[in-house]
Amino acid sequence: MSFYSVIFYLLAIITAIATTLAVTRRNAVHAVVYLIISFFGTALLFYLLGAPFLAVLEVIIYAGAIMVLFLFIIMMIQIRPAVQTWATALKQWLPAIILGGIAFGLAAAMVVGDPGGPIQLKPAMAGPAELGRFLFQQYWFPVEIASFLLLIALVGALYLGRGERKPPAGRTEETR
Amino acid sequence: MIAPFSHVLLLAVILFGLGAACAVARRNLIMILIGVEIMLNAAGLAFVGASLRWQHLDGQAFVIFLFAIAASEVAVGLALIVYLHRRTGSVDANRYNLLKG
Repeated sequence: MSFYSVIFYLLAIITAIATTLAVTRRNAVHAVVYLIISFFGTALLFYLLGAPFLAVLEVIIYAGAIMVLFLFIIMMIQIRPAVQTWATALKQWLPAIILGGIAFGLAAAMVVGDPGGPIQLKPAMAGPAELGRFLFQQYWFPVEIASFLLLIALVGALYLGRGERKPPAGRTEETR
Repeated sequence: MIAPFSHVLLLAVILFGLGAACAVARRNLIMILIGVEIMLNAAGLAFVGASLRWQHLDGQAFVIFLFAIAASEVAVGLALIVYLHRRTGSVDANRYNLLKG
């Protein structure tokens, strides 16, 4: 077992445990903090698998922007902890555990069976310049569509998040 | 040698299953959105692993689009949650039963 595989399995264990803790927390703030650990683990895995630019993006976008957005919203709206009995909790978690277990079982069977034979991943690295050149040569149109999608999301979030509109001065509620 | 490709896929499946379980079982809307984020992240991990497996940059290019989709999804989703909280005063998915007879 080489140095890289030790790092890979350590990071995999850390990511899986942090994600498990995140999805089971009652308090949403704790979940977000565990999820930041999980995303850092994933970013290091990206780096290990030869995508340094994506590792940086993962830290900036996921662990930085998205999780901070979640924290803002959690702290903006006050959440009353829902009272949940064991029966309803079981009713909620049972289908989830069954579905997850089936997916995991299939994946484990695939790994054990290994139809393509054991394919060892060799360390390789694709630098940011290489990736950018490839992206803008092969996928320039999807990049434009993605930027348009972000603009639409911005407009949609602005529209949904605007405050209650006051009626213009000189008009009452009835005449509007 | 890092690891067999199937182990990367196995980790991605574990993360995806955890995210799906979170989205299905939790009742807090914010936790449901977090579950969707975990699932997208797991898909990204599978793409990066496949990109290394076939020594091709397509997988990494797709992950960039995945980031854009995740960012816009979470922006609109959180705006919807704030809107719903303003309308109903709750973020519990079980309490949205306005149409119930």
